[in-house]
Amino acid sequence: MTDLLPVDDYLVESLPEVWFAVVVFALGMYVVLDGFDFGIGMLYATREEEDRETLLAAFGPVWDANEVWLVAFGTMLLAAFPRVYSRLLADNYLLVIGFVLALLFRGVAPELREQREDEDWQRTFDRLFVAGSTLAPLLFGILAGRWVFDVPALSAPALLTGVGLVAVSVATGAAFLAAKTEPALAAELRDYGVLATLAYLGGVVALLATVVVTDPGGAAGTVLSAPGAAVVGLSVLAGLAGVVLARRGQYRRWLASALALPALLSVLLGLLLYPQVYPPTGLTVRAAVVSPLALNLVTVMGLPVLLLVLWYFKFLYGVFSGPVSGSYGG
Amino acid sequence: MTATVSLAVADPGVVAFLPPELASRVQFGWTISVHILFAALSVGLAPFIIYFTWKAVRSGDERFARLRSFWTKVFAVGFVMGTVTGIPMSFQFGTNFPRFSEVAGELIGGPLAFEAKMAFFLEAVFLGVLLFGRERVGDRTYVLSAVLVGVGAWLSGFWILVVNAWMQTPQGFELVARNGMEVAVLTDPVAAFLTPRLSWMYVHMVNASVISVALLVGGVSAYVVWKKRDAAAWRTALKIAVLVLVVSAPLQAVHGDAYGRHVEDTQPQKFAAMEAHYETGQADLHLFAVPRDPSALTDPRAENLFTISLPGVGSFLASGGDASAEVLGLNEYEQNPPVALVFWSFRAMVGLGFLFIGLALWGGWRLYKGRLVDSDRFLKAMMVASPLGYAALLTGWYVTEIGRQPWVIQDVLKTSEAVSRSLTSVEATATLVGFVVVYVALIAAALLVLKWLVEEELAELGAVDPPTAGSDYLPWVGGDD
Repeated sequence: MTDLLPVDDYLVESLPEVWFAVVVFALGMYVVLDGFDFGIGMLYATREEEDRETLLAAFGPVWDANEVWLVAFGTMLLAAFPRVYSRLLADNYLLVIGFVLALLFRGVAPELREQREDEDWQRTFDRLFVAGSTLAPLLFGILAGRWVFDVPALSAPALLTGVGLVAVSVATGAAFLAAKTEPALAAELRDYGVLATLAYLGGVVALLATVVVTDPGGAAGTVLSAPGAAVVGLSVLAGLAGVVLARRGQYRRWLASALALPALLSVLLGLLLYPQVYPPTGLTVRAAVVSPLALNLVTVMGLPVLLLVLWYFKFLYGVFSGPVSGSYGG
Repeated sequence: MTATVSLAVADPGVVAFLPPELASRVQFGWTISVHILFAALSVGLAPFIIYFTWKAVRSGDERFARLRSFWTKVFAVGFVMGTVTGIPMSFQFGTNFPRFSEVAGELIGGPLAFEAKMAFFLEAVFLGVLLFGRERVGDRTYVLSAVLVGVGAWLSGFWILVVNAWMQTPQGFELVARNGMEVAVLTDPVAAFLTPRLSWMYVHMVNASVISVALLVGGVSAYVVWKKRDAAAWRTALKIAVLVLVVSAPLQAVHGDAYGRHVEDTQPQKFAAMEAHYETGQADLHLFAVPRDPSALTDPRAENLFTISLPGVGSFLASGGDASAEVLGLNEYEQNPPVALVFWSFRAMVGLGFLFIGLALWGGWRLYKGRLVDSDRFLKAMMVASPLGYAALLTGWYVTEIGRQPWVIQDVLKTSEAVSRSLTSVEATATLVGFVVVYVALIAAALLVLKWLVEEELAELGAVDPPTAGSDYLPWVGGDD
């Protein structure tokens, strides 16, 4: 294999930058896909028993596959930028462990809830499901804020990122459910979705205003640059378009515009970081990346598989497209 | 580090907090111990699910439909537990052992990312179809989904063991000074992925998973059959479990023996710990060892053990034919693994392995005579054995992982050097307590669910009175076999 792969040069000159983009892409996929799972989990708190079954039936077939994007993100970060992976996780010990425990409760709660027709049992797991679905995006957002802005966990930029991720998750969760459920339920969820979208836009404006004023880690320049301003502008447009589409009852289009919000947020994260990958130590993409042979190897073995994965996701969402049917557990 | 230890000893107020290194090691050991139970369940149960699904779809045989439905529910719960306990594993390389991730990132990052992309996605996506999509896809896609879930589980184990085997017998890299530390840089991907240990470990681990699940399936089937003799589906399941054991249990012993010799060649210190062999020289093989006094439990040595040993056979096996061959003893090393844990874990694993062979032969003989379900004693033995496959799998894993201490990467990086420098005792202890509490609850929940599934199955079979209040069992459904 060493004969086939260059040892001292990257397959293409910009391969480290390509991998930075791939890692940000995996993070974006995670935030978009698991985001609406979190949203379903939070909206679950507002529902009565009958609707809860519908929400779980929408969540059931897809959440586990969605969550794997987190593992893909983490392991690709390790494979391409091991120093960033180790610093990011070690510097945020309690946040990371808190986040994985929140994910744990979010994942097991619906599965265990459905095993028993007992009110106390079900209520316990309902609470864990809602708590896990709320805490996970909050902590993950705080973590992202700390990563990008090099600020403490309890600071305005980190907390606003956390709250923003919670709000955008509610927005996408509501849009996803509205597109897949019957009109009366969809209309009720729409109101939460519209509120969450407006809250998210407000949060983003507050966050960026704070960043421009306090300039943590020199991030203000990026926000005010042309690409930064374009991403922010597109987010505002997508958010407002979503509100209009939701009110008109065009739920599938609303879903498309809602999913654009977390995707744009991930692009913004990439822009804010680059050319660094770990602002707290000023580590750049070029300084943190693994040796050419290792990166060439994960490129030829890993990237084609990533395309295959996208194909199975298309298949999965194809199988479960259209209105939700059945209940959790088939 | 030293400061923390002395503080912990000196001040009774902080005694409760463990030093970060110890807490991290216990936390990793504990979380992997729980995760491995569910991971092995997926690996071992997947072939059963594929077989049941294929038979049920192809022949429409009610027995297989019933078994498929029951064991897919178990698989689903196990898979969810495996996912949620697996994610903390992948992050602990960074949170607790960041220096390990930095040193080994180039070597382990690729295989871990391949595991996520090639295996975990496959398993998760098609499990969604298998669990929720019966009405939405055709028969062929449905069976194919079961197969892909199984392929995902086996491939996932493969990539994880590529990483672990590299840590045991590392090669295909060179150490290069970078940012004030020695970092492993990949030089030969084929050597780094296909290490000498990989095939030994993969066969042993997959077969251990199959044995554990065969014992679980056998135990549950024996229980149901014991409660209701004419439960045709469960008689079939018991038969399949016994057949699987007849092949897999002896294979594990034969393979394990050869694996032991490979360990002696590649990790002599671990081998010496497995045998509590202190003095370099001729090694005896302890076929059987019991403590002569309680000190043997914590510090096994020839003096405090009552053993049945074959003189020189340790040397003979390790060298491939020379009974007086020199085997390195633990006294040669500055720092040794906790010998007692390795020595007794090894004995527990081997002892259980022989027990499974006995059980397989007994069951095989009864099956041959066509009297598999006639003996209450056999059924009860199968029930008692149902968790023991897991006990053997865990103790075997402890031999592998504790036995290579003090190294996290054999002869390259010590565990003590791999641990986070910024982690405090309080943080490490707090999360350890958190993981213990949460995972104990998870295991309890998983066992409760298994118990309910069995009770529900018995109720459907009409073996016990259906529960009355708040249940949806119909009184006329039952005994459909």
